[in-house]
Amino acid sequence: MNIIVIGLSHKTATVEIRERVAFSPNLIEKPLRDLIALNDIIEGVIISTCNRVEVYATTRDIAGGIARVKRFLADHHHIPLETLEPHLYCLHSEAAIRHVFRVASSLDSMVVGEPQILGQIKTSYGYAAEYKSSGIILNRFLHKAFSVAKRVRTETKIASSAVSVAFAAVELAKKVLGDLSDKTVMLVGAGEMCELAAKHFLNSGAKGVMVTNRTFERAERLAEEFGGEAVRFEELFDHLHRADIVLSSTGAPHIIIGPKDVEEVVKRRRFKPMFFIDIAVPRDIDQRVDDVESAYLFTVDDLQEIVQANLAQRGLEAQKAEEIVDQEIGQFFKWLSSLEVTPTIVALRNRFEEIRLAELEKTRSSWKDLSPDTEKRLENLTAAIMNKLLHAPTAALKKAGQGGRVDLYVDALRQLFELEAAAEDKEELDLEEE
Amino acid sequence: MTHLFFSLTLGLYGIATAAYLTCLLRTSPWITTWATRLLTAGCVAHILSTVHLASTEKHLPLTNMQESLSFFSLMIVAVFLVFEHRYKVTTLGSFVTPVALVMLGVSSTLHGGSRQLPPILQSNWFWIHALLAFISYAAFTIAFGVAVIYLIQRHFLKTKHFGALFQKLPPLETLDEISYRCFAIGFPLLTIAIISGAIWSEKAMGSYWIWDPKQTWSLITWLIYAALLHGRLTIGWRGKRAAILSIVGFVVLLITFFGMKHSISW
Repeated sequence: MNIIVIGLSHKTATVEIRERVAFSPNLIEKPLRDLIALNDIIEGVIISTCNRVEVYATTRDIAGGIARVKRFLADHHHIPLETLEPHLYCLHSEAAIRHVFRVASSLDSMVVGEPQILGQIKTSYGYAAEYKSSGIILNRFLHKAFSVAKRVRTETKIASSAVSVAFAAVELAKKVLGDLSDKTVMLVGAGEMCELAAKHFLNSGAKGVMVTNRTFERAERLAEEFGGEAVRFEELFDHLHRADIVLSSTGAPHIIIGPKDVEEVVKRRRFKPMFFIDIAVPRDIDQRVDDVESAYLFTVDDLQEIVQANLAQRGLEAQKAEEIVDQEIGQFFKWLSSLEVTPTIVALRNRFEEIRLAELEKTRSSWKDLSPDTEKRLENLTAAIMNKLLHAPTAALKKAGQGGRVDLYVDALRQLFELEAAAEDKEELDLEEE
Repeated sequence: MTHLFFSLTLGLYGIATAAYLTCLLRTSPWITTWATRLLTAGCVAHILSTVHLASTEKHLPLTNMQESLSFFSLMIVAVFLVFEHRYKVTTLGSFVTPVALVMLGVSSTLHGGSRQLPPILQSNWFWIHALLAFISYAAFTIAFGVAVIYLIQRHFLKTKHFGALFQKLPPLETLDEISYRCFAIGFPLLTIAIISGAIWSEKAMGSYWIWDPKQTWSLITWLIYAALLHGRLTIGWRGKRAAILSIVGFVVLLITFFGMKHSISW
């Protein structure tokens, strides 16, 4: 049995292509059923996120399976295969396993280490499990992928640092203000980045938001969106002392908040620290504000620097993560191979046993005056011959199973002894590799 | 017995300090957990050693430098463990445990030996005085560690230097809160300690205040912490100023403790 992966991602396809191939989670049942209805495809899972669309499947025939899944993707989305094909990557066996482990561990993500991908794969797998398109192998495979991702997460620092400016702002604010749950954010002006940062602050538990803008209506609109409070621009300094976090991004050509203003405000706050982020260009907040005791000013460049440093750090951690993935691939591959071996051994044994019993029966009916004692001896003799004959091939097969090169042996045995294809129903074979 | 527990304590503090210092360099939940466990185990051994000593001597072991240093060290560790549990500030341990370890180390080199308790110390006022003084000293020692971290962290923030150490050290506000707690505990205790000391002085020598160097320096220590707490409560002194004053206070405290001999000899 082989695992194949056919898909495209942000690395191989533009967003226009990705959009056209995406599967809607609400309508995923039919494609899943179609997928496992394909010839040669036994199990299937479809992953669809904004950055990637991938099909994981198991098949006996790698080349045929891949071709059919490609055709399935093209037909399902009514895209000519020629258009789609250059963007697709097709992997099988070890490469496929590695790929999925890396994707789940967020090593293949646009932003390496971002945490969403694992959740998205879990959701997609949830549909496959619900509609029974995944079976014993893919179930095992994806659970393994989840545990690899968890190992990567706990054993490396790949996901522990902020890699967006907005998130870096939150992390930095926590370093000054500690717990954000009783802190208030003040938005001065309404840049996109500020809004994003404000959202991050609220998600991190900030208590409330004040919004001010030259046009009061805009401030009101934004305040409503955040469930906050609008403040008239002229009254900014009457309210500034209530803010612990100030995010500024007006289009003003001059300084809005100067060191004198902040000194006043800080005094009113009895020197409780204030955290300023200036995202505007040209700047809204005088650099000298940073010299005021208890005021901490950061510009977008400072945040950018953190992001860059964190990205570099992630690069280092990613190498550790790759090593973990390598280790786990070996383990999983062993399990997959052993899955092949056991049914083949059983089938081989059954075949021999069948022949032995048939021949024994023939002998028994043609042999007159057969004493029970002789019958017993015959029984033992044939069994002994069979076991001796089977011993070497069984051992060789088991060994091959551990080495990973098992297909050759399994196929040869099947053809030589006319074994049935290994039972599809492997539910009873719950071989734990641990 | 006392000696056995004492050696055990010294060993455990040594390993725990090494673990806490390692926490500054590496991020490992395993080391963090074990640093705390080792220090807690050390603290228990320390308590056993102290209790055993007290029961053999039939009084609190606070009557000479060896005993006092050991007790000082015990109080520092105990107060730190409480704060660590409450605020999850492992890195504070990297700054505080070395202090406790050095004190215990010095204590181990001093000659103690049991001897007759001088009659001048046989007063309940003395025991109250000494006990409370050491608890307040421990609180101020923690405040000192916090102040050092505060200044380092503030420096990183103002110079926009966001390295690995910056990531590990606790947030400014958390530090500020711990430091405030330390003063809120330490200052009242120091006040009572000084008052009970004065009463003891009156009982022993007939005068509340004899202006010996120990008393004078204690007063200076008290004034510094009084100013700090006053500034904090009235105009909200915190941050850099408070941190520097807290460090100054600790230095004066050390001078008082080590440098100033009582004019009362026993």
